[in-house]
Amino acid sequence: MSEQLLERMNIVIAGHVDHGKSTLVGRLLADTHSLPSGKIEKIRQSCAENGRVFEYSMLLDALEDEQKQGITIDSARVFFKSEKREYVLIDAPGHIEFLRNMLSGASRAAAAVLVIDALSGVAENSRRHGLLLSLLGIEQVIVLVNKLDRFDYDESVFRQIKNEYEAYLATLNVKPYAIVPVSAREGKNLTRRAEEMSWYQGKTVLELLDSFQNSVADHEAFFSMHLQDIYRFSNDNDDRRIYAGTVTSGTIRIGDPVRFLPSNKEAHIKSIESWNAPTKSQSSTDEATGLTLVEDIYVKSGEVMVKSDEPSPIIVTQRIEANIIWLGQQPLTFDRPYLLKLGSAKARVWLEKIERKLGEDSGAEDYYGLNRNECGCVILKFQDPMALTAFKDNPTLGRFVIVDGYNAAGGGIVLQGLTHPTEGERPDADFEDALFLLLRKHFPHRFPDLGNKNQDYTI
Amino acid sequence: MDKLEKLEAQSIFILREAYRSFKRCCMLWSIGKDSTVLLWLAKKAFYGHVPFDLLHIDTSLKIPEMITYRDQVAKALKLRLVVGQNQKALSEQQTYPNGKTRIECCKALKSEALNHTLDGTWPRRVYDYRADRWESYDHAEPYQAAIVGVRSDEEGSRSKERVFSARDERSEWDAGSQPPELWNLYKTEFAPKTHVRVHPLLDWTELTIWEYIEKEKIPVIPIYFDQGKGIRYRSLGCYPCTSPVESSAQTPKDIIEELVSGKFKNIAERSGRAQDQEGGGTLEQLRKEGYM
Repeated sequence: MSEQLLERMNIVIAGHVDHGKSTLVGRLLADTHSLPSGKIEKIRQSCAENGRVFEYSMLLDALEDEQKQGITIDSARVFFKSEKREYVLIDAPGHIEFLRNMLSGASRAAAAVLVIDALSGVAENSRRHGLLLSLLGIEQVIVLVNKLDRFDYDESVFRQIKNEYEAYLATLNVKPYAIVPVSAREGKNLTRRAEEMSWYQGKTVLELLDSFQNSVADHEAFFSMHLQDIYRFSNDNDDRRIYAGTVTSGTIRIGDPVRFLPSNKEAHIKSIESWNAPTKSQSSTDEATGLTLVEDIYVKSGEVMVKSDEPSPIIVTQRIEANIIWLGQQPLTFDRPYLLKLGSAKARVWLEKIERKLGEDSGAEDYYGLNRNECGCVILKFQDPMALTAFKDNPTLGRFVIVDGYNAAGGGIVLQGLTHPTEGERPDADFEDALFLLLRKHFPHRFPDLGNKNQDYTI
Repeated sequence: MDKLEKLEAQSIFILREAYRSFKRCCMLWSIGKDSTVLLWLAKKAFYGHVPFDLLHIDTSLKIPEMITYRDQVAKALKLRLVVGQNQKALSEQQTYPNGKTRIECCKALKSEALNHTLDGTWPRRVYDYRADRWESYDHAEPYQAAIVGVRSDEEGSRSKERVFSARDERSEWDAGSQPPELWNLYKTEFAPKTHVRVHPLLDWTELTIWEYIEKEKIPVIPIYFDQGKGIRYRSLGCYPCTSPVESSAQTPKDIIEELVSGKFKNIAERSGRAQDQEGGGTLEQLRKEGYM
């Protein structure tokens, strides 16, 4: 493989504020020679002029506001290369105020590095970020215990934090690939094994990053595609009706019979469109494609296309159980609808039930809603049926965001679609009850097992 | 899928989201390589059509070849090209060649011209490819969204952008309090009068742009290549503030070689752009006020 076609991977760097995430990234860039020449010198010079001490984190915190306050506001994207591949490091802010930015960064990542400061130990955001990574479905995680230079690289300090955090992650079903003792500022155990920590026999941070894997698209999986739009450009006598979308799993070929969900309409693939490319006969996972159909059918954007002759875990439902994180200014409550976006679909949605809050020990059962930055396992109810699947079966059709007014206010993953309503939530319940009573009153012989016990029921 | 196929698919997805979300949407076209790749991706996303207006902000100080090339391409690709300009600043000579600072000049000729062309309060010149002629409109409907080809590896503040990024009524960007943007589920719901910048190329780099140009054989303006004098432009802008670099690269392949292992391996792309050098945070300040 030639150098320019190196694979690329997104990695998020998470952890509590001031635990050294930006320093880690800055140092990794410097030690892998990934910085434009003169960048370090320029910042060193500016520090000298302004009477400040040079920090590696200054390489990243490029926004003026950040340099003034010394914290990362947003998730900067930084590019660097190892021998194996090209990395996009997403430096996520550790400050609780900027959780939405940490999530934005983490949602694009294939793997995560969680940084813990040995001086202050496992902190609130160390726990919270661990929880959020599990909530976003990120399984490839390494933990760095940082600033060990401040303890003369004492193994017992490392052990204590390692044991405490491992135990916490175990409660979330997260098992880190490795826990590494480091000093980001001194560059210890990042790209080279540190002599000062000969008691550590594991891999360096860079070796661990290289051992992560990007998810491999499974073209043999069931086919699904969320319909993003339908095009009919009439310019230049173009009369194609093109069904456009990105393939979420599997492979579709010309001639395949397809079904749209939730409308259940069926058709056959006539062509796979392309521009400035050879004629195509199939499209697979992650391709942004466009199809024409043999039959003229009316479907809406947001529907999910599957093959009609193939089983798939995609279901049509009006209720789901989900894990969500709430980021809205206003709490998530039961009394009004929100907008939910999943795949290319949008739906009106209500919060039906909070089963429990996540990451909290409170024994309360009576929840009034979710406040900003709280996570919960909830039941959501849609106004109209939606086609979706559990996150574990297909990430793209199993995750969603919630919009409150004009604000992106939350996100989450589908644990399961629910087919039966919970107690007291049957649609048309009043009508059914009234009908039942009428039938029993006028046709009592059809209800022999009830006897006369309920004869005093009135309508 | 390889790296370029993934980048392409993601950018097409974003272009399609922009198209389905905004009735009046334009795409900024600076004539440079990035926005030319963007134009190419639009052709791919919409199967040969470009269902947006292409907007060019003409500072009148552009490298002259750029304007000639712009008009040729608009005609050949049948584009609806819209041109905006700060005529007042130009007639009053509020420019860098006439004694203003570079930043004042950028602000007047680029940021202000862009903001007022987008909101329809300043005249627009429009090229009609069917009749092959230019027309002028004094007022026009505001664009709700502008698709812009910025990349996060260009400089610090661009690395913090969202894909769908809101500007307030004064076209200002509040970098510190941006909404969450999870996975591919972009928030495309905005309050009336919000102006939105859409950024489909954030994850591309200077290198992947050239690799894609090479792979797709995309025609780009020839001043990116050495025409025999041993110099070429690496980044395009206005002539008083943009210098060519010494290079003998004559093809996209040569340029890729220069970036991967040659003389530009560790030299920033915008090093030839003088407005970036004036003190810390300059471009960030310009961007807060609406600069692309």
